[in-house]
Amino acid sequence: MRWIKSIACEIYGLFVDDGSFAVAILVWLGLAVAVVPRAAAGARWAGPALFAGLAAILIESVLRFARGCRRSP
Amino acid sequence: MNLGLGHLEATRMGTTLVASFLASLVECVEALTVVLAVGSVRGWRSALAGAAAALVLLAAIVAAIGPLLLRIPLHGLTRIPFPMVQLTAGTLILLFGLRWLRKAILRAAGLIAMHDEEAAFAKNASAIRNTDAVALPVATSLDKFAFTAAFNITMLEGLEVVFIVIAFGAGGATLLLPASLGAVAALLVVAGAGFALHRPLARVPENTLKFIAGVLLSAFGTFWVGEGMGIAWTGSDLAILWLIAAYLGVALCLVPLCGRRECSIAWRGDDALD
Repeated sequence: MRWIKSIACEIYGLFVDDGSFAVAILVWLGLAVAVVPRAAAGARWAGPALFAGLAAILIESVLRFARGCRRSP
Repeated sequence: MNLGLGHLEATRMGTTLVASFLASLVECVEALTVVLAVGSVRGWRSALAGAAAALVLLAAIVAAIGPLLLRIPLHGLTRIPFPMVQLTAGTLILLFGLRWLRKAILRAAGLIAMHDEEAAFAKNASAIRNTDAVALPVATSLDKFAFTAAFNITMLEGLEVVFIVIAFGAGGATLLLPASLGAVAALLVVAGAGFALHRPLARVPENTLKFIAGVLLSAFGTFWVGEGMGIAWTGSDLAILWLIAAYLGVALCLVPLCGRRECSIAWRGDDALD
């Protein structure tokens, strides 16, 4: 049983080590799933917009971590 | 026209093979370090037997799951629509890839400690020596402790490799083969180096590999998610290449932006050994 639990924890850890980072990605993808199919068929902006949102989440998360480091003694 | 399509397919397959190889290499190196620690302290026979048993079980899992995956996109034998498969697989790849990329950026910026295979080896060997486990068995019998420790780490890291192969192969039946070949190649390279050196592969640039694999996984994940949503990518499959370039550009710009100061903030788990 302990072995199964450790595998479950390991698999969870594959995807999540900063909860807010993972949640932000899922929220952005959820918004995209809701908006993109309703947008004009073949909209060329959709791909770059999807990437831009994900890149912004990555940038915010990394810079937030760096700011936290500077504040700590 | 056929030449163009063949070129696109070759690009997808080649990128998939390289990405799977690099991502799997990182996991194999981490497993090797623990197996070496177990073997050097408790004896090689049981450690290698444990690792081999885990590999056999993993191969059985892959043999059971692989054919099912091949059926999903090609023949419609299941009721799961292919865009849903791409969306689900893409989301998992994104969570996995962006997590790796974030960690690789923070390490490259000096904000968290680099992964150190020598330190990981020393820590694991020390933990095994200090464990309450039973004394070493007689030479003829199997050391249950060593067998279990090697089995567990090979199984855990191996499951990550299986996930990597499934994730990269989710884009189509033709991608599962290069993804699998990349993972097998990584296993053979690491196992061969381990047998030859009998020491941790400390010189493998683990963070650079994780950086590159993170960029590739993030690009693939974004592409599959977009495909699942019905996005018309500019340049079709070649959009993967501009996504790779864009993620790489963002990541490389972030490293100097973060500055270089060792962080004292608590990090989940023992990150330097992760």
